[in-house]
Amino acid sequence: MAERTPWSLSGALRGMFAKKLIDAETWEDLEDALIQADFGPSITEAIVADLRAKVAKYNTTDPTDLQRMLREGLEERLSKLDSTLNLSARPAVVLVVGVNGVGKTTTIGKFAKFLRTYNRSVLIGAADTFRAAAVEQLATWAERAGADIVRPQAHGQDPASVAFQTVERAMKDGTEIVIIDTAGRLQTKGGLMDELTKIRKVIEKQTPIAEVLLVLDATTGQNGLAQAEAFIQHAGVTGLVLTKLDGSAKGGFVLAVQEKTGIPIKLVGQGEGINDLTGFTPHVFAQKLVG
Amino acid sequence: MATFGNLSDRLAETFKNLRTKGKLSAADVDGTVREIRRALLDADVALEVVKEFTGKVRERALGDEVSKALNPAQQVVKIVNEELVEILGGQQRRLEFAKKPPTIIMLAGLQGAGKTTLAGKLAKWLAKDGHTPILVAADLQRPNAVTQLEVVGAQAGVPVYAPEPGNGVGNPVKVARDGVKYAQQKMHDVVIVDTAGRLGVDAEMMKQAADIRKAIDPDEVLFVIDAMIGQDAVATAKAFQDGVDFTGVVLSKLDGDARGGAALSVASITGRPIMFASTGESLDDFEPFHPDRMASRILDLGDILTLIEQAQGAFDEDEARKMAEKFSTDSFTLDDFLGQMQQLRNMGSIKKMMSMLPGAGAMKQQLENFDEREIVRTEAIIQSMTKAERTTPKLLNGSRRLRIARGAGSTVTEVNQLVSRFEQAAKMMKTVAKGGMPNIPGMGPVPGGMGGGRSKPQPKKKGSKSGNPAKRAAENLALASGEKPAAGAGVSGGTGFGLGSSRKAGGPSEDEMAALQKMLGR
Repeated sequence: MAERTPWSLSGALRGMFAKKLIDAETWEDLEDALIQADFGPSITEAIVADLRAKVAKYNTTDPTDLQRMLREGLEERLSKLDSTLNLSARPAVVLVVGVNGVGKTTTIGKFAKFLRTYNRSVLIGAADTFRAAAVEQLATWAERAGADIVRPQAHGQDPASVAFQTVERAMKDGTEIVIIDTAGRLQTKGGLMDELTKIRKVIEKQTPIAEVLLVLDATTGQNGLAQAEAFIQHAGVTGLVLTKLDGSAKGGFVLAVQEKTGIPIKLVGQGEGINDLTGFTPHVFAQKLVG
Repeated sequence: MATFGNLSDRLAETFKNLRTKGKLSAADVDGTVREIRRALLDADVALEVVKEFTGKVRERALGDEVSKALNPAQQVVKIVNEELVEILGGQQRRLEFAKKPPTIIMLAGLQGAGKTTLAGKLAKWLAKDGHTPILVAADLQRPNAVTQLEVVGAQAGVPVYAPEPGNGVGNPVKVARDGVKYAQQKMHDVVIVDTAGRLGVDAEMMKQAADIRKAIDPDEVLFVIDAMIGQDAVATAKAFQDGVDFTGVVLSKLDGDARGGAALSVASITGRPIMFASTGESLDDFEPFHPDRMASRILDLGDILTLIEQAQGAFDEDEARKMAEKFSTDSFTLDDFLGQMQQLRNMGSIKKMMSMLPGAGAMKQQLENFDEREIVRTEAIIQSMTKAERTTPKLLNGSRRLRIARGAGSTVTEVNQLVSRFEQAAKMMKTVAKGGMPNIPGMGPVPGGMGGGRSKPQPKKKGSKSGNPAKRAAENLALASGEKPAAGAGVSGGTGFGLGSSRKAGGPSEDEMAALQKMLGR
């Protein structure tokens, strides 16, 4: 059985940084480690080439320097974009989207709790009218977080109408933050992606949307890029949420996503507990990843 | 997703260079192997699997079998195909049922892999086969997983054993054990135990899964894994193999555009066969996994066999025999055309069907735009014709066409297009019925046919070059109605629809599979 190791590349990198000198094997190990962390062949090549250049420039042979450069390089790449959530509008409407099974509903539960600890009033719209018992699952989370919920009147109701009713009620009651759950959909399903566009338009008729959060599963591989591109196109994503970082997956593909699309990572999910959601800090992320 | 083409697209691109060359140098092989490595990594195949795979391919590609072969490029394609099939598990394996019922099936996997949905799909599939499955709700962790299973069970028409409300209340090991007992009492012959999603690194939860396994002693433990998973597939699969020692793998969300990677990794690392594929959100989107077909799909040869099986299910044999006669005797009429089209619709979504065809990877975008209502419009046009007109389309002069267009609520242009399409189809059917290979307009010879070797020319632009959307749709439709006979012909020696022969429905025989494999391998 896999041991409960910390979420980090340190295991894979330990061998190479423990050596006295940087040699050909070091580079190969580094490349393998990055690929195994799902950074993808292109980013991996870019990082390795960049590090090679730096090592040549500073004329170092010490693996510890390499480790520091890797950490700094990753941090620099990750911190290019502003990862602050923009929730100053009232009501601030947050639309949560993603493919099936990435943890949208769980993230909403944790996010609602996170906001409640800052004493913001939260209303959740259960616009996942498709999956069996999704509304009940969300209601359980809402209850745990102490947030209100708007349920669909019937199973299979048009999700856009649920979203509309949720925003309508929030505006009437003066709720500060609205979070809308949507059904998981694979980015290849054209019809379902159009449905997202519709939900967005319907909400925007009442008030601008503050954030559209795309939830990405850290265990996903290079397909994460395709997911992000499709959701950006159809839902106008403004931020990424990386979930399931408590597993053995490193989620390296988010770097490629962030760089290719210019959308910043904003939240990070690390478990099934209600408090396992934190804001994204590039420094901590890079530190943890490289060790 | 043109920028991140899938594995089949990538390999197709790699092989395009190889195909045009007569001879293969060591540098060629290295270049190709590098491309394959990149393509596989981009498709999320685990690094260690990629290394092993490319090593084998390289070794064989530099060996005698290639240099002495008539066409080295084709030989490399064949090697890649063979190695893919080898890794994917070679042969397909079916569920093993217990000698003394009930057969106990346990599901395990990461969170969000699709276990609960799969439980419903599996139950429905088994019920259709005459089994009496029961679902056991042993996921007491995730909020309302029990409710979800109850809903899924109701949709599948299968009972659910759910003594605990879930949401963290209750002991899953006890529920699983009691579920099996309950099934024995109620004479259910299959028990499907849904368990909570868990991470491979979560020792406590893995122990719980192991405890469930010990308590119910399942005949099959299915590991459900998301087709989109990345490099972590290795760690996760190993953890689950150590933890619950699964006997088979189910690949879920295979209807997305990430395919191949996880399948290759898991099968290769654990040595356990992939048994089922889950391909959509409806409870019917579920099929046994065919390793050989998957390899061909990765190599963009299309999933011809699945297509044929679906066609066989939908086509009435008598009808087909009559049709085959008609083709050869030249008495193919618009009425037959209509009937054929209606049968086509019975076969399920055309989009889904077309995506199984060779070279269809490049057409995905066009498939998305393809409007199935086009068939309805065509039906309307044919139904607006008189009996005489349908049997002898030659009668259709200008004024008749105008009347038909009015009757069908369409335009004369559309009627004209339909007639010319029909004529093309009739001509093609005749060729097929006589045992030839049809030359589908705008598509070129069908790959894998008798055309000798795998030249597979320009299948990319097989849709339409027309800028007119109506015309493009029409041409795509002509493709849809023309493809099947071609695919059938590939297998059963040139008989239209693969049904003209007296073969019973129910899947192609061993010989045919072998024949097709041979063709795919060429």
